[in-house]
Amino acid sequence: MAQIFHRSTNTLSRLSIFGAVFIVAALVTVVGVFIRSPYVTEARVVREQPVPFSHKHHVAGIGIDCRYCHTSVEDSSFAGIPPTKTCMNCHSQVWSDSPMLEPVRASFREDRSLEWTRVNDLPDFVYFDHSIHVHRGVQCTTCHGRVEEMPMTWRENTLFMEWCLDCHRHADQYQTPGRRIDSPMKLTNCSVCHR
Amino acid sequence: MKPTGKVWRTLDEYSNSAEFQKSLHDEFPPHATKPPEPLDRREFLALISASLAVAGLTSCAPAIPEKIIPYVRPPEEVVPGKPLFFATAFPFGGYGLGVLVESHMGRPTKIEGNPDHPASRGSTDAFAQASVLSLYDQDRSKVIISGGRISTWDGFITALATELETKRLNKGAGLRILTETITSPTLASLLGRILQQFPAAQWHQYEPVNSDNARRASRMALGRYMDALYHFDKADVILSLDADFLLSMPGHVRAAREFASRRRNPMNRLYVLESTPSITGASADHRRPVRSSEIPSIASRIAGALGGKGSGGDAWIDALVRDLQSARGKSLVLAGPQQPAGVHLAAHTINMSLGNVGQTIEYVEPVEANPVEQMESLKQLTRDMQQGTVDLLVVVGGNPVYTAPADLEFAKHFSNVKTRVHLSLYEDETSDLCHWHVPETHYLESWGDIRSVDGTITIMQPLINPLYAGKSAYELLSAVLGQPTRTTYEIVRETWGGEEGEWRKSVHDGIATFSPNFPHPPSFAGVPLPEGEVGGGEVQISDSIEVVIRADPTVYDGRFANNAWLQELPKPITKVVWDNVALVSPETAQRLDLSDEDVVEIQHDGRAIRAPVWVSPGHAKDSITLFLGYGRTRAGSLGSNRGYNANSIRTSAAPWIAQNALVRKMGVRYALVSTQKHFLMENRDLVRRGPQDRADNALTLYPEFPPEEYAWGMSIDLSTCIGCNACVIACQAENNIPVVGKTEVGRSREMQWIRIDTYYEGDANRPEILFQPMLCQHCENAPCEPVCPVAATTHSNEGLNEMTYNRCVGTRYCSNNCPYKVRRFNFFDWHDGEGAVMSLLYNPDVTVRSRGVMEKCTYCVQRISNARIEAKKQDRPIRDGEIVTACQGTCPANAIVFGNIADPESRVAKLKAEPRNYGVLAELNTRPRTTYLAKVMNPNLEMPR
Repeated sequence: MAQIFHRSTNTLSRLSIFGAVFIVAALVTVVGVFIRSPYVTEARVVREQPVPFSHKHHVAGIGIDCRYCHTSVEDSSFAGIPPTKTCMNCHSQVWSDSPMLEPVRASFREDRSLEWTRVNDLPDFVYFDHSIHVHRGVQCTTCHGRVEEMPMTWRENTLFMEWCLDCHRHADQYQTPGRRIDSPMKLTNCSVCHR
Repeated sequence: MKPTGKVWRTLDEYSNSAEFQKSLHDEFPPHATKPPEPLDRREFLALISASLAVAGLTSCAPAIPEKIIPYVRPPEEVVPGKPLFFATAFPFGGYGLGVLVESHMGRPTKIEGNPDHPASRGSTDAFAQASVLSLYDQDRSKVIISGGRISTWDGFITALATELETKRLNKGAGLRILTETITSPTLASLLGRILQQFPAAQWHQYEPVNSDNARRASRMALGRYMDALYHFDKADVILSLDADFLLSMPGHVRAAREFASRRRNPMNRLYVLESTPSITGASADHRRPVRSSEIPSIASRIAGALGGKGSGGDAWIDALVRDLQSARGKSLVLAGPQQPAGVHLAAHTINMSLGNVGQTIEYVEPVEANPVEQMESLKQLTRDMQQGTVDLLVVVGGNPVYTAPADLEFAKHFSNVKTRVHLSLYEDETSDLCHWHVPETHYLESWGDIRSVDGTITIMQPLINPLYAGKSAYELLSAVLGQPTRTTYEIVRETWGGEEGEWRKSVHDGIATFSPNFPHPPSFAGVPLPEGEVGGGEVQISDSIEVVIRADPTVYDGRFANNAWLQELPKPITKVVWDNVALVSPETAQRLDLSDEDVVEIQHDGRAIRAPVWVSPGHAKDSITLFLGYGRTRAGSLGSNRGYNANSIRTSAAPWIAQNALVRKMGVRYALVSTQKHFLMENRDLVRRGPQDRADNALTLYPEFPPEEYAWGMSIDLSTCIGCNACVIACQAENNIPVVGKTEVGRSREMQWIRIDTYYEGDANRPEILFQPMLCQHCENAPCEPVCPVAATTHSNEGLNEMTYNRCVGTRYCSNNCPYKVRRFNFFDWHDGEGAVMSLLYNPDVTVRSRGVMEKCTYCVQRISNARIEAKKQDRPIRDGEIVTACQGTCPANAIVFGNIADPESRVAKLKAEPRNYGVLAELNTRPRTTYLAKVMNPNLEMPR
């Protein structure tokens, strides 16, 4: 009876058994790189907003403090998005007829809220609190990046759990020196973020 | 001290039948598993594709970008992410309970007690806790309806004005207003002005659960209507004559608080005579089940024995009387609202002869604006309707077509009225028969004022704009006065006048400070009692069965019928959900050959109803208890067509206790669901009494956990727990816990994180009843943790047994391994389809769980986290008492204490050091962080056993 398989099949099968490890490793790497890519994480991807607001202009250019607009960052879990009134404090006088700012004026005139697109969006089962991070000396830029250099706002980091944990495990490397540092054991309890 | 008798949960367990033994050894409850059915190719493919979808492949689409919508002009004080609390009052049966309402960005989400309010002192009840769910109920009436068509407020006003114009000519003859109990000064003043404008008009008041008997007795004894105000905290010996003062009488939260404060050293003693086992009876040191119709004669014997006439050889009464006599001025006798006036008179007499008046009981001017005997009032209205002398009837709240006793034939005569107007929260049975139905505002949507049992006035403030364009009773009555455009705020504000500062302070505090709080109670020492009225005389006891009617302990008179939390709340003691039952004693059940779920026909006075039987240990024999609030036809999608309607056998002559009923077994069964049979504990020593030997903590070779700054723990006092269920609903509201419906509860799939286990001890006909709240014990050696394959349940360094929902893959191993059976699994996405309005109710600090996820008590970890963050921000440790769990906060008995056991000075650590402290199943070396203080009672040793 003639042989069904050619002799080269032996080599092929040895190769594929030996190569399987590499094929699987390559797949894992590709998937790992893919889910960390901006395509998935949307990190460093600019979001479209109703008004092209530039942090670069307002923070670096004019020198407005973060807390002028994000008023509750020291008191509440939510840093706060400024109400239209805050915009109009200046823009009723400055650039008061710029067509770019018409949505802001319309909002104020018609008492209709502006709808901003959330840039730093955590899953609903994660409870992040701005106030305690600020109090413990974590700089805004540690998580949000150099916002003053962003003409349009993007998310600086992946907001993956591994990214959160990196800081919670090595808080001493991220907190302003001199602030009280909790042990990683305390900071990595599940219920610190999940409840 | 070991338990004196056998402790058991169900009658099956008590009799230890073969069936019960088998059910214990069955691995799964009935219906838990279905045999697999053979699949055809199509089904197989459908399942495979569904599995792929469920596996998450469909969720690979990019996330929908979330919007942030800031204010245009920010309101003062609102900080996004932080809740605000506003004081108002929860109206219940006309009386107010001071509450603080938690509001997240304008959404009321949770009710807390108002610590400054004398009727609340910081605690609430299950009704108040659940009231926030009714606010968002999508079955609430949303539009004005006229003759079956949608109409407008203007349309209604025009029609009403035309009607009233003709009324004005004959001074309002034919105009009637029917309200529920009214304590609101503003409503009273509006009604007063209406009666001034229309002198021939009449105001009727009716609630199915009222205090007519107490009222009649006060008129007989004192010459006019007076309210009795009890001070349970000052009483050493309390005798309740069928009075369920811990759950169903006005002011029960205050009563529970005062009563429980004396279940610690020095301890009070409670005697209860009652037919139907109530939580008050369960809290008693001596409970004697007697037929409700026998209580008048027993009361008169007690009064006689106190007067030296002798008890007729009843050792129980002799011992009781000696105890009462030894506590002169420090005892308290009270009669239940369903007992005839004679029993109330007997209670008055005893209190006076013991010198209790002015000490433990005060007679005060009625809190009600215009106290009337309500059944008389309704009767008069019905009579006039029958005679055709009523041609405009405005029904403000209430649901008389459903709640009126059957013999009045209210619905029939109602249709004689030319124009019928109804204001109510739901489009109900009464609305159905009305020409005009106006949707009412919920109490959280409207201004208002109300008084509590002790007379304190609360200005109620709205937490949210009316969701469904409702109108308040104030607006409706103002419209009758010809001022339809006035807002509720204007109407209420006008009553109070006064300075703006004072007004604001009153609204803020929840207590009106600028009105005289309460007129000083007059002295009644010298008022003679009418001869012959005392005790109500001997009642002929017949051998036939008496029918006792009670308000339902969860849906009350039917007003909460569409409240899913209250429907699914296991009723105290019976633990039945979603239904009402007819209770009989085991002895009577045996005599009539009845068992649980047998349908019986109960005939009385030519009327009959059919009801499923539930055998209730401790019920009086030859007595059957029926509950109001069910059998509704237009309650909403949840409340309609459930249970039987006890009103259809109720008569105006005997609204509470009817004799000579016939009970006939129908030979059919009706499936009931009771959680009492879930999670049975197989004779393990879980609920205990007296001081404990401390050898329970098993020895261990492992080193102790390193001491931490905080170690959270809880102590629950079984001596003070009254089993009122308030904690169960408080937990449900705080933690976004879903409801699952009757069928799923029947499969042991209830979701409440706390359950109140009821245990019986001793003889089935006269058992002692014990309660044990059971929730996650936060074991230090938690059996659930090592079996989780994905580390979704873990231990925090502060000793919390954490549950991380997003990790959970739903193996349910943890639940199987939990010896306390406190873990709850989301078999379905219970929140799915609740709608946009209901989602406003969610507590934003707690994850809303989805299908396939395990959940359980977290010790309100969101509150711990918030307190920890606040403390860290101020660079200080968390103070003792700073963290109050939802169950602890609402508990009227103060039975639950939570805190840091690492701090020996904390309240919880001190309680855990008491000799009564024990851990349930501590012999398994689980080292539970929740421990119990064993029950202690204060029995009268002279009592015959």
